[in-house]
Amino acid sequence: MSGKKRIVKELGEITSSPPDGMRVRLVDESDVHIWEIFMDGPEQSVYSGGTFRLVLTLPKDYPFKPPILAFQTKIYHPNVSNDDKGSMCLGMLRSDEWKPPNKILAVLNMARNLLVEPNPDDAVETGIAEQYKSNRKEFEKTAKDWTKKYANAKK
Amino acid sequence: MDSDDDMRSVQSSDDDFMDGGDSPFSVDDDDDSDIDLDDGIGFEAQDKDIYPAKKSYEVDFDVFGPEQIQAHQDRQVEEVSNILGQPTESTAILLRYAKWNKERLIESYMDRQDEVLEAVGLGSDANVPRKITKVKGFICDICCEDDADLDTFAMKCGHRFCVDCYKQYLSQKIKEEGEAARIKCPGDGCNRTVDSKSLDLLVGHDLHARYHELLTRTYVDDKDNLKWCPAPNCVYAIDCKVKARDLMRIVPTVLCKCGHPFCFGCTLADHQPAPCALVKKWLKKCEDDSETANWISANTKECPKCGSTIEKNGGCNHMTCRKCRHEFCWMCMGIWSEHGTSWYNCNRFEEKSGHDARDAQAKSRQSLERYLHYYNRYANHEQSAKLDKDIYLKTEKKMTQLQVTASMSWIEVQFLESASQALQQCRQTLKWTYAFAYYLARNNQTEIFEDNQKDLEMAVENLSEMFEKSVDQLAGLKVDMLDKTSYCNRRRVILLEHTANDLKAGNWEFNVTLT
Repeated sequence: MSGKKRIVKELGEITSSPPDGMRVRLVDESDVHIWEIFMDGPEQSVYSGGTFRLVLTLPKDYPFKPPILAFQTKIYHPNVSNDDKGSMCLGMLRSDEWKPPNKILAVLNMARNLLVEPNPDDAVETGIAEQYKSNRKEFEKTAKDWTKKYANAKK
Repeated sequence: MDSDDDMRSVQSSDDDFMDGGDSPFSVDDDDDSDIDLDDGIGFEAQDKDIYPAKKSYEVDFDVFGPEQIQAHQDRQVEEVSNILGQPTESTAILLRYAKWNKERLIESYMDRQDEVLEAVGLGSDANVPRKITKVKGFICDICCEDDADLDTFAMKCGHRFCVDCYKQYLSQKIKEEGEAARIKCPGDGCNRTVDSKSLDLLVGHDLHARYHELLTRTYVDDKDNLKWCPAPNCVYAIDCKVKARDLMRIVPTVLCKCGHPFCFGCTLADHQPAPCALVKKWLKKCEDDSETANWISANTKECPKCGSTIEKNGGCNHMTCRKCRHEFCWMCMGIWSEHGTSWYNCNRFEEKSGHDARDAQAKSRQSLERYLHYYNRYANHEQSAKLDKDIYLKTEKKMTQLQVTASMSWIEVQFLESASQALQQCRQTLKWTYAFAYYLARNNQTEIFEDNQKDLEMAVENLSEMFEKSVDQLAGLKVDMLDKTSYCNRRRVILLEHTANDLKAGNWEFNVTLT
């Protein structure tokens, strides 16, 4: 019950003044629980030039349970699972860290900040995290290649 | 010694808490001094003059029900509350935070009060009464409702939300996440713990009960001397002083009030005489090996060079090990090159290389056969215990009929019950003697052990056989069966006393290290 009003309010705020480099809309106009986000790779990051499609799913108990955020566009990143799910599970997205007043806007900003600065200490892809720490050059090269290949980056 | 007494001495220790009321808890009250004084023989009997002589394989323990656990918890909270000058609900949070180590809590509280209070999420004054209020112009940050008559609640930290959201938040944490002692204020980034008084104010009866159940659960989980009985749906907890480091020297089997005998060390079903470390190794080995070992034994050989297990699934005798590329003859196990030109036909049985290889093969086979010897007997007793129980269940029905037709009284048929119990218990012990024996390095004591094992096994098989007799015969066998039951129990006591004494004295040598 409580969720609906809150979701509508959040959606209104985000669509009327979307955060930098993001476009947000509902996948299906009749279902406020599934959001589609197009996120531009931040300028200063290895993902720059690419556009990533993400899907944000709000559980029926939202905001008492955290939203679920997944990259639909393949991305080379220590905190995004390198499978067909592209799931993220860190920080406020974990149910033991999520607090009900936390907002979707904060979730999206966190995701964008992670593109600028990955968090290798809380990684899902430990191999990529290892490479990020020990061989940054190689990591950046692959991340850029993937951005070109999967996220339509021109350069 | 009468076998019935043996059974009772185990149980007697959990009978006394019924009438003792407070007294069993006193063992806990000197919890901290116990840590200092403990000299590794904490499991030795202290009240020999009260109970009938305790067997060397028995340990002292108490069984507590939910109310007693709660009462004890409450009493500790009250005691510490008086010392710290904190209200009880704050003290409860502090104690849970300190894992119920009172001394340490009081010490750190005295040293750095503010720091401790901050760490558990109780700002410096948590004594303000809690109440639900309506606040003008309030908008709930969770549901975005702003009705003027919205009931709201906030703890001392001031993070105010509507009561509905607060309730749903708590319900989610308690019901779905099973949290109790560590629920934080729903406020963003707020670390304040929700105390039980605030919770009482907000949630309904069912959640309330669940919350306190979870709290009690953490109390038992946090204390080393308390463990839940692992039987399904059992609500009792066992209090036992045996420490983890004692487990090399003792196998602390305890008997819950629900009737489930289990090991206090590892909470697996009773596994005397084998110590926990051996049990763990054995179960792991069985899981890995038992089924495959039988097949391996029948169908494979090991590479004479690297020891890899090889299955010959057809073809000629010229084998090339996939792992080390060693070429050998399947028949004689000798090096293939020595076969010269007599391909596909091994007639070189007398070659030395083949002889040595077969020796090594035999050794490896022997270790496998040795394992299977013990495993099969272990598994057999496990299986037989089930069958004995089945037979007992069938017999029980017929005995009920017999009570009617042959006019035997209920009390007169109870010998079957005790016989069945003895069988179950002895088979459980026998089962583990085989795991124990598997790891036992031979010394002077092993022969006595094996004799004891043999005697018990014969006694058990004799008794078990009688169970298979038809019902009309059973009535006439009563005296004989009673004798055999008591004999079985006696043999079990003898075996367990011997193994326990030598375990305590460190006289057993094992062919593995106990870690």
